[in-house]
Amino acid sequence: MYDFLQYEFIQRALITAVLVSIVCGVVGSYVVIKRIVSLSGAISHAAFGGVGLGYFLTVNPVLAAIPFSIASAMAIGGVEKKVNISADTAMGILWSVGMALGVIFINLTPGYAPDLFSYLFGDILTVTNSDLLIMLTLDLIIITTVYIFRREFLAVSFDEEFSTVVGLPSLPIYMLLLALVALSVVVLMKVVGIILLIALFTIPAAISKQYTHNLTKLMSLATIIGIILASVGIILSYIFNLASGATIVMVLAAAFLISYYLKD
Amino acid sequence: MKAAEFNHVNMKYNEQYVLQDINFSIEEKDFMAIIGPNGGGKSTLLKIMLGLLTPDDGEVKVFGKDPKHARDLMGYLPQNLSFDPQFPISVYETVLTGRYHGLFKSYKQSDEEAVIQALNDVEMQDFKDRQIGKLSGGQMQRVFIARAIVRNPKLLLMDEPMASIDPDMQSSFYKLMSQLKDEMAIVLVSHDVGAVSTHVDKIACLNRELFYHGPVEDSARGLEEIYHCPIDLISHGIPHRVLREH
Repeated sequence: MYDFLQYEFIQRALITAVLVSIVCGVVGSYVVIKRIVSLSGAISHAAFGGVGLGYFLTVNPVLAAIPFSIASAMAIGGVEKKVNISADTAMGILWSVGMALGVIFINLTPGYAPDLFSYLFGDILTVTNSDLLIMLTLDLIIITTVYIFRREFLAVSFDEEFSTVVGLPSLPIYMLLLALVALSVVVLMKVVGIILLIALFTIPAAISKQYTHNLTKLMSLATIIGIILASVGIILSYIFNLASGATIVMVLAAAFLISYYLKD
Repeated sequence: MKAAEFNHVNMKYNEQYVLQDINFSIEEKDFMAIIGPNGGGKSTLLKIMLGLLTPDDGEVKVFGKDPKHARDLMGYLPQNLSFDPQFPISVYETVLTGRYHGLFKSYKQSDEEAVIQALNDVEMQDFKDRQIGKLSGGQMQRVFIARAIVRNPKLLLMDEPMASIDPDMQSSFYKLMSQLKDEMAIVLVSHDVGAVSTHVDKIACLNRELFYHGPVEDSARGLEEIYHCPIDLISHGIPHRVLREH
């Protein structure tokens, strides 16, 4: 029964699950409590432009997605705060423009884009060692940043206006938070794909939020729940030969429903 | 020095005046109420004082400085804060954000003591570990008052402080205000004249333009002056009752 654990690709998949869950637990908690789930969805879709750019420039698409998704996060955040366009509209535009750019870059790239599907819907088996290294680095950057700015992130998530009044640079801190969301998108995209990753981002934190009112505990609990559910998803996807991203999302959704009914 | 000073301040949203030619000043340790209808520009006025909004023209000084540079001296109670009811923050942590010192600076022992003191002042010390979303409206309001006073401001700005405080709480609210006004100037805005009650020193009416009535005693004599106030205020707030008591 457990012999599949000997396979290197399964081991690598489980390491991936841990790296991914840390990001989901930490940044996902802010996304959920600050209520920027749709904004994060827009950032993740816009990141597809970066994937296309990576194909076009023949660099690792995961790497190319980093500046691209940070730039789109800054654009969404900036437009939302400064310009007289509703955040909703700005998100919708960036969402589709990012994806459209990705498609055009891939059109312009000679040859065939073999693992394109894995960026959209996730395929944990295509995670390479260099992807793992990128994910590990981004995990460390994210955790360090959150630790350094934990006071600011909490205050801004709770009440941006009051934070400004007590002298906190609210807008730069908010933009930094969106940049972390963008980095997290990059960490998540090979595993669950750009289109599905928002589930992994929100569900572990949404489940955990029902059981604690301390942010650090929320992050830890969401990370643990993420590791368990993502691993279950990976194992089920192996057993039933299903796409890993979609299977993980279904496991998360089932867990969310169960926890919701158990709570009442 | 004046706590705050407005000279010919104009503010427009989409080409419409929200505030027009506002002139007034607040002395140190004044307790002033600004009353006016919803949409009359009260919150805008407070946000200009806090430097959150910049007026189109005119001059605003808070303790002789640009409002943005006088924020250390101000405490703020916003109107209707909207947040996730399950937001993972305790009463204590909420008030602690009022003691923020700057990037890379952690909270100190003195901050902890100030938070406990502020929670004592609003009689919420027993709730310090409670999640903020699990409080009643009135309790939450008291926590936000604690957050506003925890840095011992010299000018306390309160936007509709009575909105969610139940009637039993009103007298203890005014008791707290009368303690605080020995240490700071207080500006309270409200759409409800009755809520302003007899405790404030000065009243002004704001409905795009500001009509300053000065000390409550004087405005009692010039009753016709109050008719500068928007009519709906007069009819529903029973202002003469407020004024007669003086």
